[in-house]
Amino acid sequence: MEKQIITRGLLAGALAGLVAFCFARIFAEPVIDKAIAYENGRDAAQAVLDKAAGLPIDPGGPDIFSRTVQSNIGIGVGLIGFGAAMGALYSVVYLLCLGRVGRIQPKVLALLVAGAGLAGIYLVPYLKYPANPPAIGHAETIKPRAALYLTMVVCSLAFILAATWLGRRLAPRFGNWNATLLSALAFAAAIGIVMAILPSLGELSANVHAYGHHATETPLPLTDPKGNIVYPGFPADVLFSFRFYSICNQVILWGTLALIFGPLAERVLRPVMQRAEATGAAGSGSGSGVTAAAV
Amino acid sequence: MSTMPVSPAPTSVPTPLVVSATKARLWIGGALLFGLLAYYFIGVDQGAVSVFGSDMHIHEFVHDSRHLLGFPCH
Repeated sequence: MEKQIITRGLLAGALAGLVAFCFARIFAEPVIDKAIAYENGRDAAQAVLDKAAGLPIDPGGPDIFSRTVQSNIGIGVGLIGFGAAMGALYSVVYLLCLGRVGRIQPKVLALLVAGAGLAGIYLVPYLKYPANPPAIGHAETIKPRAALYLTMVVCSLAFILAATWLGRRLAPRFGNWNATLLSALAFAAAIGIVMAILPSLGELSANVHAYGHHATETPLPLTDPKGNIVYPGFPADVLFSFRFYSICNQVILWGTLALIFGPLAERVLRPVMQRAEATGAAGSGSGSGVTAAAV
Repeated sequence: MSTMPVSPAPTSVPTPLVVSATKARLWIGGALLFGLLAYYFIGVDQGAVSVFGSDMHIHEFVHDSRHLLGFPCH
């Protein structure tokens, strides 16, 4: 049975990635192109300033893949691969949740686990470190930025696991509704503390040293030595659109994953559950359930 | 739980069965390995850490999705 659940998770994830790719290709790519156009214009302005000041000009990295490849094939492979990866991890969590998180319908459980995945892997880390388009992000801070982002991912996933456990412990005493609210509150408090402790990206030492105190790495206007603005800061509308489409993209990915996987999982589980019901094994306990060995 | 009405229809039977993690360890382990490796190569590799040295092919190839999925980039 685990084989059927996991292969269906992989398949549903890859399909969800494909749907997310269609969305991203139509809506997000034009925004990414705008961000790259800003970046190129800014680099050109910086080069003129550097030349005037007699500084060496940064040649920039070579373009290994053309924008056409990146924005059509690259993003497709990336999103389908990410979807398949999430589908695999998701199906494992789903498998382990069966019978361990209360008596929940297979399709409802599919939605709940996808919600937890969306929150733990993306939305909660996003609250502290939101997605950034090209042109935002200093190359010299990639190490601390990656470490901080992954810290948020690991903490939010671990706290969701802990909150689920807590909710199960509190349920007999407070009822399902109140136990869920209490464990959600505990999750918010715990992740809130982590978010308060972790630094803002603009406050990383390399950024403070080079740019002064700012909340983020979003490029400010470029000025010449006299302080005149020669190139504007990153356009706010482009930043909003990118972040909005980034959220839409993940919601579409996890939503599609759950909606494809739920019915598939139910079809796998229904005969197994019916057999268990028929033998009377499932009817005896409310939470203990039957082991897969029995079916 | 006892207050919940239990429907006799077989399609509405909630999921009581429990899968043993040790019994399913091969499939679970394989799925976890694949999922984490794909997550790493799409989201992290050739940025802060790199398993292929200073090569940038994977990073540049999945560049747009890395940004859109929320990973730190550059």
